[in-house]
Amino acid sequence: MKTSTKKLTLLGISVAAAMVLSYIETFIPVSVAVPGIKLGLANLVTVFLIYKLDWKSAAAVAAIRVLLTALLFGNAASLAYSAAGAVLSLLVMALIKSTCRFSPVGMSAAGAVAHNAGQIIMAVILMGVGEIAYWFPMLVLSGTVTGLATGAVGAILISKIPLKD
Amino acid sequence: MDKKRIVNDIILVVALLALALAAWGVIRITHKSGDYAVVEIAGEETARYPLNEDIRIDIEAEGGHVNTFVISDGKAYVESADCPDKLCVKQHAVSRVGETIICLPHKLVIRIVGEGGVDTAL
Ligand SMILES: [Zn+2]
Repeated sequence: MKTSTKKLTLLGISVAAAMVLSYIETFIPVSVAVPGIKLGLANLVTVFLIYKLDWKSAAAVAAIRVLLTALLFGNAASLAYSAAGAVLSLLVMALIKSTCRFSPVGMSAAGAVAHNAGQIIMAVILMGVGEIAYWFPMLVLSGTVTGLATGAVGAILISKIPLKD
Repeated sequence: MDKKRIVNDIILVVALLALALAAWGVIRITHKSGDYAVVEIAGEETARYPLNEDIRIDIEAEGGHVNTFVISDGKAYVESADCPDKLCVKQHAVSRVGETIICLPHKLVIRIVGEGGVDTAL
């Protein structure tokens, strides 16, 4: 990506795609039994951007997505939850990407687990209920499964969508 | 995609699953059967009910909202609620020390505690 206009356009499209995915997600109850479990569809966009551009672009898109989603379909609490999840998953995925030892699928799985862990940490902070941590095993499990799924789709997108200058 | 990465991915996933299993094991071991269900609204304890007595009551949460709370066979659960997400209703029945049912919209927490009311878990 040489031209910044092209990069900006791609980032704009990414924000739009992430927003649509976040919106679609509100209609899909994955496991309603556990608070906080989500498919993490928007993670797809993050995985794609980390591989195709860099983690900074992915972070920028995630930040805008989290803010806009909270403004449009959420509230202050949901903002805190999704921000905590997004920050932790980005950190973990950027770290894993920097090792160059994992595929997008593995990176996505770890990122999704980190996302759920971030939400639990925020819930403990906000609710002051340490027992929420009892959901941790379930959320690690669901994060692994959903992360593998979104990572697999992300890997296909990474190989099928060429980005040329 | 090269083989080395796939192997690393598999190791990573196995490690994540092991983490979930280990955490689950720790929780199983440290979890004891509880004696009371404590009702907290906005962080304040408003009532507690012994788990060995079956009851069905309406808990009045903030803003006149209602969660219908049931204790049956030593387990506590929310039977119905007028919150928008109904997550509290869909959560499993609780009976072990430290387990909670949470209704975020109503700022309601139902928490299982042991004898003496001290929450020893965690
Ligand atoms: Zn509820």
